[in-house]
Amino acid sequence: MATEPYFVIPAKPGSSTVTITFEGRKIVVPAGISVAAALLAGGVGVFRTSIVSAAPRAPFCMMGVCFECLVEIDGISGRQSCMVPVTDGMAIRRQEGSSALDVSEGAKDDV
Amino acid sequence: MTSETADLVVIGAGPAGLAAACEARELGMSVVVLDEQTAPGGQIYRNIESVTDDRQDVLGPDYVAGQELAAAFRRSGAEHCGGATVWNLTTDGVVDYIADGPKTVSGKYVLLASGAMERPFPIKGWTLPGVMGAGAAQVLLKGAGAVPAGPVTMVGSGPLLYLLAWQYMRAGVRIAVVVDTTPMTNYLRAVPKLPGALAGWPDLSKGLKLLGALRKGGVKVYRDAREVAIEGRDAAQAVTFRHRGGRIELPARLVLLHQGVVPNVQLSMSTGLDHSWDAAQHCWTPVTDEWGRMATSSLYVAGDSRGISGALASAVQGRLAALSIGQQLEKLSDLQTRAAPLRRQLKRYMAIRPFLDTLYCPREIHRVPTDDDVMVCRCEEVTAGQIRGYVKLGCLGPNQTKAFGRCGMGPCQGRFCGVTVTELIAKERKVDCAEVGHYRIRPPIKPILLRDLSAPKDEEP
Repeated sequence: MATEPYFVIPAKPGSSTVTITFEGRKIVVPAGISVAAALLAGGVGVFRTSIVSAAPRAPFCMMGVCFECLVEIDGISGRQSCMVPVTDGMAIRRQEGSSALDVSEGAKDDV
Repeated sequence: MTSETADLVVIGAGPAGLAAACEARELGMSVVVLDEQTAPGGQIYRNIESVTDDRQDVLGPDYVAGQELAAAFRRSGAEHCGGATVWNLTTDGVVDYIADGPKTVSGKYVLLASGAMERPFPIKGWTLPGVMGAGAAQVLLKGAGAVPAGPVTMVGSGPLLYLLAWQYMRAGVRIAVVVDTTPMTNYLRAVPKLPGALAGWPDLSKGLKLLGALRKGGVKVYRDAREVAIEGRDAAQAVTFRHRGGRIELPARLVLLHQGVVPNVQLSMSTGLDHSWDAAQHCWTPVTDEWGRMATSSLYVAGDSRGISGALASAVQGRLAALSIGQQLEKLSDLQTRAAPLRRQLKRYMAIRPFLDTLYCPREIHRVPTDDDVMVCRCEEVTAGQIRGYVKLGCLGPNQTKAFGRCGMGPCQGRFCGVTVTELIAKERKVDCAEVGHYRIRPPIKPILLRDLSAPKDEEP
């Protein structure tokens, strides 16, 4: 569900790229940038939905303060996408509402 | 869990932190610098070590000046730990952080240089996708070379907004409109501060050049705008505001808001040490002595996290703090002699602040929303009307708003609503902000994984 991107990153000839996915959709982005920058330039309009009214939200501060850019990265929810650099193959999902606490893995370990 | 010690631990690798580390190394101290970003520079000099030539040209000489400081830091022999999330700090200098697992470092002294954040701009529609801070957009420019894909609407007041507009013009970005919310009355109030600001004439003339370039570039500017709101259901579609007695509505898909910056005091607040309300800058600042030391603790503060002062003044404050720490550790015996030239520099760099603080003091209606529906706590979705309702029921301050309606209890831990909630309650109760107080900030000051905390000592997590 891509929208018209809010930002563009002009291509630099010869610069390296990585491929990430958002909700399964492949996005090729420059290496070394933050996940939030990559998604904003990759046509992602909604990063998460709010925990009370399920309203759409997107990054606001880009410097780790506002927590509006929270997404799930490689299975871990509540990650600040503005603070995490992209890596090749990173799988990102929208964070719907409050982050879910999945105890099944840990519970198995304890048994 | 690994643990180490140092004479000085610096938290934050912006101008204050980098300059302090350089000075401390020259005095022979062991220095560890922890920073949330992977590379040094802070927000102002973000990405300074790897920025391309064409982007340097867009960002301008004040940004490029940071290269010298970053290079000096790399040569200094200070240990740089990037990608470090500090989550706990004690008044005797123990710092807990996460960087590839849980770590602890104990400093004989710790310098807090956690910088500034954009002041919240609580207006209708400011939570919609398509609305973000101008500082945030500048982070995108510095960090990723990203620029708005279409025409951009810039709303607010203050040097950073005009600087970004100038940088966008150089990058060929189309600025649809600048909606300038600086109150006309501020210009009159700022005039008496102008003579004092002349000591900082290079800053003044730079500012005038920026504004001149915008005029010459033909950017449409609405001045003295007020009562700004963003319209849209699932994303920003229009910006509306009052201008010369009429209400104007303009289509806008990407809206950048800005009304100055405030100290990021989350770290210093978490120590429980005293802070005071700065009535001129409308924000909290840590209480320190002239060197930046908080009470008799092992903690010093320098730069914007001690009170907004700008990059150059921040670096000097960092050096002065390092000198004072050096004296405590008996690394020098001529503190006043070494400090004198730095103090003169600091005075010159600070000369423009009273003028800027007065001229760009944001309108009250843009700091303390009168519209009940405006979201104040973005995380837990608490509105201005709800907070006023809590006050009517007897709520005295920010800590009680948590019990009344979870205000300030989301993942940002009150960072983004703190100053608004304090001012809003103070206005409703008709008392000073100092009496209302701030949230009690407790560690962990950043959300961390239980997995990181529960890792056995001396083992890899």
